[in-house]
Amino acid sequence: MAAYTEDDLLKTIVFQLLDKEYAITVDVVQSIEKLMLLKITRIPGVPAYVKGVINLRGMVTPIIDLRERFDLPIIEYNDNTRIIIVNLEDFDAGLIVDDANDVIDIPRNALENQPEVVGSVESEFVEGIAKLDKRLLVMLNLNTVLQPIRNESSDEK
Amino acid sequence: MDTSQYLDMFLEESKEHVQACNEQLLALEKNPDDLGIVNEIFRAAHTLKGMSATMGYEDIADLTHKMENVLDAIRTSKIRVTAEILDVVFASSDALEEMILNIEEGGTGKKDVGNLVKMLNQIEAGQSPNEAATEKNSPENKYKNTDELSYDDFEKTVISQSIEQGFHAFELKIFLREDCLLKAARVFMVFEILEKAGEIIKTSPTVERLENEEFDSLFTVVLISKENADDIQKKVLKVSEIETVEIQPVQFLTSDVETAASVEAPVNEALSLPAKPAAVKDSETKAAPTKRAANTHTANKTIRVNIDRLDVLMNLFEELVIDRGRLQSIAAELQNTELNETTERMTRISGDLQNIILNMRMVPVETVFNRFPKMVRQLARDLNKQINLEIIGAETELDRTVIDEIGDPLVHLIRNALDHGIESPAERAANGKPEEGTVTLRAYHSGNHVFIELEDDGAGVNRQKVLKKAIERGIVTEEIADSLTDKQVAELILSSGFSTADKLTDVSGRGVGLDVVKSTIESLGGSISIDSREGEGSLFRVQLPLTLSIISVMLVELKNEIFAIPLSSIIETAIIQNSDILNAHNQRVIDFRGKIVPLVDLREIFATGLPEGPEEHQSVVIVRKGENLAALVVDSFIGQQEIVLKSLGNYLQSVFALSGATILGNGQVALIVDCNALIK
Repeated sequence: MAAYTEDDLLKTIVFQLLDKEYAITVDVVQSIEKLMLLKITRIPGVPAYVKGVINLRGMVTPIIDLRERFDLPIIEYNDNTRIIIVNLEDFDAGLIVDDANDVIDIPRNALENQPEVVGSVESEFVEGIAKLDKRLLVMLNLNTVLQPIRNESSDEK
Repeated sequence: MDTSQYLDMFLEESKEHVQACNEQLLALEKNPDDLGIVNEIFRAAHTLKGMSATMGYEDIADLTHKMENVLDAIRTSKIRVTAEILDVVFASSDALEEMILNIEEGGTGKKDVGNLVKMLNQIEAGQSPNEAATEKNSPENKYKNTDELSYDDFEKTVISQSIEQGFHAFELKIFLREDCLLKAARVFMVFEILEKAGEIIKTSPTVERLENEEFDSLFTVVLISKENADDIQKKVLKVSEIETVEIQPVQFLTSDVETAASVEAPVNEALSLPAKPAAVKDSETKAAPTKRAANTHTANKTIRVNIDRLDVLMNLFEELVIDRGRLQSIAAELQNTELNETTERMTRISGDLQNIILNMRMVPVETVFNRFPKMVRQLARDLNKQINLEIIGAETELDRTVIDEIGDPLVHLIRNALDHGIESPAERAANGKPEEGTVTLRAYHSGNHVFIELEDDGAGVNRQKVLKKAIERGIVTEEIADSLTDKQVAELILSSGFSTADKLTDVSGRGVGLDVVKSTIESLGGSISIDSREGEGSLFRVQLPLTLSIISVMLVELKNEIFAIPLSSIIETAIIQNSDILNAHNQRVIDFRGKIVPLVDLREIFATGLPEGPEEHQSVVIVRKGENLAALVVDSFIGQQEIVLKSLGNYLQSVFALSGATILGNGQVALIVDCNALIK
């Protein structure tokens, strides 16, 4: 592999959902928590993918199940299930993923716009695709994944 | 010099000085002859000038400089205070405020002040033609205007006489280190040492400027002493943050432009001086230290802390409280005496700590009130009315979060009182009232609430006029109108889309005013009521919670989930029999003390699922919103508790019937029920 300088590399956290690997840039990630250790308080009247809120060191943080957000089949949470806490501009949120296991430097030139058809994840959530050796990483656009919830009482019922 | 690190300090202090200017100007308007007030304003403007010049904000420095000149002319009785002059000075201080705000928002603080400067110049020049002459004669002015070290004849006399009597006269050039933060304090320390060694007869810049830190890093002191130069130098160098001290005997060979310019002065002064040099010397050196002492005293009483830090402290403390809860339950399980004692002690200490932290966030309402006198003055002029604003209880403390929100609603209420409440002077005279209307703004504590009242002795609410408008706008129907009490009628003016002013003014009366006030206050967990007597005046009473961050709630259980209902909206709790529930047209209701109250099952609203098996009793919480009641059905009551209010954050914007969340003792999040959303 050719040598890359810092600027050409995108440091990302890689996590799994179903059989696919997804990536988000490391600078928005605050921490990765084990789901089994946290108690989620359910919030009534919000979309099902919003699992509720947790107390994260004194901050009330909403938790979103990415499987449900992407309409993937739901599985029981297990010991590997992780919550990735991300800091966006206006709020913090936690993303429930199957497993978070890797930090990978993606060369910027390995990023491609997504092809027309990419698995089952809706294309608006995808920012790009990175091909590394045999691995295919889906870069997520967190701003569309985490659209703020407004007045959900009406369209939930 | 890199000034960015001082920017925050500069902004805070400038705001205070501008505020001080404003307050004193208002006072001056009432007592135009009180030169003490002029001195206060002068001092504030002077400090501001120095600070802004140091920070490189030329326009502010320029404007304050001109203000200073005018004020100086006033205090030396060269011009008299008139309303026109005050208007210009007020306008200047407005401009200053604007520039400072601009800087705060990241701007350059630049503003075209040419016009104001011109007006100030005219005032200064137009009314004091002989100013140039007087300035030359007064040695005081010379101190102020010159930074170069030069001696007038008086000083020369003192120095030469001292030398004759065996004293040495030294010129000390003292350089402070560039990064010295508390320059005034260092100056003070240097002065203290020098005053022990001898007598200071002159400083450059002047003592006043030194105290206000209006110098870069060099200042010069002229000292008369019997000690030799080396000793003095060593003593001064002991003060920390001093770079170097240059000491040399005073020589009169330094170019003395200033004295040369004033030709007639030496004659006058030379005659009178030899008689009493000692006395003058004394009074000069004595005056300086006392003033310094007063300054340092006040400076040490408070420190500034960024509010974000307090918020962080609060958050950390909450974490601690949660862990304390865990520790308590562990201790209870283990039954270890020593552990128990320790946790008890910790509980007590953290309780005290909580009080202190909450108190630190309390701010006197003064911070909101202090902008009103100027606003009222301006409005009264615009409206051609005579209004006297009285402020009572400005020291009443409120949580910062409430303070931040309460400003705009109060501005609205005051504008309303001035515009619609107080009549024109002619009208007042015709009604046998004094021409000057009185508006009283009052704040006080009562129980867990703070009350802010705005009382005026104006026209009051005109029942007929209000009812007519309200019917026109469809706010009430004619049938109900007659049955309303005067109070209810008065409160109609708080409903949306209501404006009774015959013509719209830019002061108030766009019809969006008072209902916004009402909703803002309600969103803060407060309420507003009006008492009004036609022809005698009105009283607006705003009730606010002491703090928004901590509220009392009733915790209730629904299935296995815990919810919190704010105590402020609860009337009472009750357990009712199933047979008490009546059905009225698709709506289950109960008879609560003779009132029909709709039953709202929280378990359905929050989809927690109903308990299995039939229930014989229902636990209900009776809540209210204004006059309307509702009975909320829950599984069981847990108890009353003080909780820390947390927002759900920007991701969950407006979730139905929830106003926020809190963290319970066990670290879990509980949701807070918004009763207002449950009652139509």
